[in-house]
Amino acid sequence: MAIGETIRSSQIWKSIFRHPMPLDRRNRIVVMLTNFFLHLHPVSIKKQGIALSFTWCMGGVTFFLFLVETVTGVLLMFYYRPTLEWAYNDILALRDVTSLGILRELHRWGAHAMVITTWLHMYRVFLTGSYKPPREFNWVVGVILLLLTLLLSFTGYLLPWDQLAIWAITVGSNMARATPFLGYEGPGQQLLTIGGIDMITDASDARFGLLGARFVGEETLNRFYVLHCIAIPLATALLLAIHFWRVRKDGGISGPL
Amino acid sequence: MHSSGFFLKDVAGFLGGYYAFMAIMNGVAALLLWRKKGQIGWTLVWTVFAGFLLVLASLALSGASDLVPALPTSVRSLVNRFSGPVLYTLGTFVLLTVLFIFRRFFVQPMVAWSILNAMLLLMGLSMADENFASIVMKPDNVPIVGLVFLLAFFTWLATSQAVVNDDRIARGLPTVEKENDEKVLVWPDLVYTELICMVAVSAFLLLWAICLPAPLEEPASSVKTPNPSKAPWYFLGLQEMLVYFDPWYAGVVLPSLVIFGLMAMPYLDFNKKGNGYYSIEERKFSYLTYQFGFFLLWITLIILGTFLRGPNWNFFGPFEFWTPYKVEVLNNVDLPQMFWVNLLDQPLPKAPSGASGLVQAGYILLREAPGLLVMGAYLVLLPPLLAVTVFRGFYAKMGFIRYMIMANLMLLMLTLPLKMALRWTLNLKYIVSIPEISLNF
Repeated sequence: MAIGETIRSSQIWKSIFRHPMPLDRRNRIVVMLTNFFLHLHPVSIKKQGIALSFTWCMGGVTFFLFLVETVTGVLLMFYYRPTLEWAYNDILALRDVTSLGILRELHRWGAHAMVITTWLHMYRVFLTGSYKPPREFNWVVGVILLLLTLLLSFTGYLLPWDQLAIWAITVGSNMARATPFLGYEGPGQQLLTIGGIDMITDASDARFGLLGARFVGEETLNRFYVLHCIAIPLATALLLAIHFWRVRKDGGISGPL
Repeated sequence: MHSSGFFLKDVAGFLGGYYAFMAIMNGVAALLLWRKKGQIGWTLVWTVFAGFLLVLASLALSGASDLVPALPTSVRSLVNRFSGPVLYTLGTFVLLTVLFIFRRFFVQPMVAWSILNAMLLLMGLSMADENFASIVMKPDNVPIVGLVFLLAFFTWLATSQAVVNDDRIARGLPTVEKENDEKVLVWPDLVYTELICMVAVSAFLLLWAICLPAPLEEPASSVKTPNPSKAPWYFLGLQEMLVYFDPWYAGVVLPSLVIFGLMAMPYLDFNKKGNGYYSIEERKFSYLTYQFGFFLLWITLIILGTFLRGPNWNFFGPFEFWTPYKVEVLNNVDLPQMFWVNLLDQPLPKAPSGASGLVQAGYILLREAPGLLVMGAYLVLLPPLLAVTVFRGFYAKMGFIRYMIMANLMLLMLTLPLKMALRWTLNLKYIVSIPEISLNF
């Protein structure tokens, strides 16, 4: 008790937390306003807005899983090399010899769970009609986040570089070659010719842009790695910020008017 | 293929734990009901059921593989014989419709608990089948099993609240959410809930990671194509659509429309009621549309694509061995073939050799005229027709542009079930088929 008191009255502690412990009403309000991590929240909230039977906590769980994916993902990046020579072997070693190889399990199952919780969050938001005015735009942001979640999962699926990975990505990305006009097997691409020369070939179509090659190969591995670790997470983080900000600006969590 | 002794020995330990867990679950339920008083009947039911589950658990753990509880072979082969894409899809449709219509009955806690037990028991008994277990226990398929149970649970949770709210609204009372609008401080009420959720999710994820190793197959080889080759599970609904449509539609246009349609939803739903609380009666149209798309055109197709589509994308019953030698008759016919050859007894219109491009295009248009007319009528004539009949009220409230977007999204969504029905009844392959520009629909 005495030690706790000493720590809490030290200059260091007071420089970090500029208010007493949140034990009374005043300080419980102050803590929400002065703490960076807590300032996403309002100070007070309607009781039904935090009832688990109402929210299912699925948005929160999805965000938490995004954080889990970020942390485990960064740690895995220390270990994994996205090259044909090493990708599979690094994952094999994570499974068989590396301590804390369980990070890969956490990352993979966290990813699957995140897809599911995103759907459930969306389902809940639909069922409570929470996309209705004034929250229309935040629903749109949410739909983009759903798409980004699926793309994160899809790009990550390739990285173990095993049979499961390349064939799943092959099947998935084969769709792109059927893109109308822009895929070399898509409807209408025959019409895009200049002086009898096809503009859309298997080396210039949408699928090639996605894979960086005519088939799933080393270029694809590199491309998906960069998308998975940098491009899509950054886009997701930005949209998450907007998503949360809009929840507050649109009047907090939805409830009957 | 029947279940071998080796397989049953492997799975017996898991099933023993599974039944024991179910027994504890029901024991706790019985205890809670007993303490609530006045529920003697149900207390007895779940106590007896827990005892029965303990018997199943001990049978599974007995060490004798022929004692592991399983569905009788005759039942399994009967299920295999009668299952197919048609029965599966129509069956799910009927099941969900019945659940919806009689939702007041199904949301009662004891009914829901019985259904949960029945689902879990059926799952356990099926797991003793080698073919079933080999698909369901594939590490990447486990999340889908979780998804099914989670969706069932949350749909129950939402529906039971909606039923209560609808009753209250009908009696002129405020919704439960409205009653509960007293304000509380976020610290501690929300922050602690979040902390507990984080701890619970972390614990769950760790347990999952420890119990189930992530899959790692052979090193990638671009020359060894697995049969079947499947996309990641969350895209298998789209892959299943490839049975009925070409990739440009099933893999590019339809998914884009799904994303676009979801984004457009808040701008199309003009109904101001049902904002911020669970309700079905107040927004039946949007509710049913969403559930139709989400459950029938997304979730059940994922389950079909994952669990029931084997080598060569053939359909396999849940207890059927995935043999690559299963042959399915492919006798699908295009609409021009049906119209010109079968109906009018003429050859397909074909441009004379050496004809100019324009003449060739004309002949192609003539050949595809029946399909193009059908599509034109569907997408161009139907929206205005609906606007003056079924959707008259909608049209008045939405205005031209919003109504047209809604009607077209609706009709495009319905292309999938319609094409399914046409395939099953008429063996129709393509309505419009212009291979000259890779356009098949």
